[in-house]
Amino acid sequence: MDEIRDIVLAYVIKEYLEDPDEEIGYDTPLITGGIVDSFSMVSLKRFLENKYKISIPDEKAGPEAFDSVNKITKLVQEFLAK
Amino acid sequence: MAYSDKVRSTYQTTLKGMQDAGIFKIERYIHSIQDAEIEVEFPPGAPLRKVINICANNYLGLSSHPDIVKAAHEGLDARGYGMSSVRFICGTQDIHKELEKKVTEFLGTEDTILFPSCMDANGGVFEAILTEEDVMISDRLVHASLIDGIRLCKAVQDTYKHSDMEHLEEKLQLHADKRNKLVITDGVFSMDGDVAKLDEMVALCEKYDAMILVDDSHASGFIGKTGRGTHELCNVMGKIDVITTTFGKGLGGASGGCVSGRKELVEMCRQKARPYLFSNTIAPPVVAGVIRVLDILSKTTERRDKLEMNANWWRKNLIEAGFVIQPGDTPIVPVMLFDAKLSQDFARDLFDEGVYAIGFVFPVVPQGKARIRTQISAAHERHHLEKALDAFVKVGKKYGILGKTKNEIMEMYHS
Repeated sequence: MDEIRDIVLAYVIKEYLEDPDEEIGYDTPLITGGIVDSFSMVSLKRFLENKYKISIPDEKAGPEAFDSVNKITKLVQEFLAK
Repeated sequence: MAYSDKVRSTYQTTLKGMQDAGIFKIERYIHSIQDAEIEVEFPPGAPLRKVINICANNYLGLSSHPDIVKAAHEGLDARGYGMSSVRFICGTQDIHKELEKKVTEFLGTEDTILFPSCMDANGGVFEAILTEEDVMISDRLVHASLIDGIRLCKAVQDTYKHSDMEHLEEKLQLHADKRNKLVITDGVFSMDGDVAKLDEMVALCEKYDAMILVDDSHASGFIGKTGRGTHELCNVMGKIDVITTTFGKGLGGASGGCVSGRKELVEMCRQKARPYLFSNTIAPPVVAGVIRVLDILSKTTERRDKLEMNANWWRKNLIEAGFVIQPGDTPIVPVMLFDAKLSQDFARDLFDEGVYAIGFVFPVVPQGKARIRTQISAAHERHHLEKALDAFVKVGKKYGILGKTKNEIMEMYHS
């Protein structure tokens, strides 16, 4: 789990943070916190699907499920277990 | 009664919240024509004040130009006031087709379709030309109207970091499996005044078989050697698949917009774009005005040359005075103040000094990047700019920000 969490965090930092001084953690709100907009979520979803060879249906990939690194990690684990 | 006290109260609370948060917008009433100097009533009921206007999109100073006003009068007399119909029923006149042809020639594209506004053009174009099999990849700082249009379209949505070509390339690779790919950008970004890297973007689009759409609303008429827009500046005339632009800024300033580009894409808009199908197009007097604008701009570059000279003078002198200016090379010159309250206080003091400018704060610009966006016009004479500069310097001294860096200003002011 820790490994997934760190991979997701690294991706979010690289993909979404504009300011190199900005810091985020595992529970930082990404969508409700304005870091990731709904338009940009698609690349995160595609990254997870390609990386972990899973398929996340759109109805499961809502803003709530993608709102923090911990929540995303939980979602990935759920699909890995299937 | 459907509009109960409870319902009314929810809206009153929301509006109060906007006021408390400092994001409640207030109109200033202008009692004159749009020009370099305007007569303003502000606050409502206050005596009229003559002020220098440095926040209009009147880049070429054509909003009230006598030739354009005359052409609009002639259009009104010859073709009437309105059409009382959408285009495809009985709302298309010869002058609408004439304007579409002239825009096509001016922009160097294949075909053009008029829209009631560029907001409508951007609202309708994506849904008309893309489906769920396609992908839209947009710069993260594109205009709100593009964002709305993207939201209305079923194609997959993705973004790349502002003007970051490596990131754009990654996204083009990520979505390589999609049927059609459309890269979306502003030509000139309205809040920062910077220009998209269209030469690099076109090269990437060619490499990955993607189309490109540019909203050139803050460029058409004055960017590039002959004012054709950012595609002229970046040497990619004929290589932009879709240009959307407005007639509400440099090109006369009244209203209306268009989609101009590949003929099949324009035809798709004519068949499917909802703001085109379900709304009247541009009114005849405005069409006649824009035709005259394009005639003038096709004959001489005098106005865009003067605008360029004015903008260069303004930018150079603001920098020499010690302001932090967003780098760029367009008539949009943002004076960075970073703090939201400082930007509002600064704009208020400028108005007291006879200069009309607006402080832009979050959410229009990112948090911590509040600014006064100044916009230069060919209507400005040197004495207008000198007076405006004096006012900026006076107010800048009052707040102690001249010669200060971004970090120093941010340390001094953080509300």
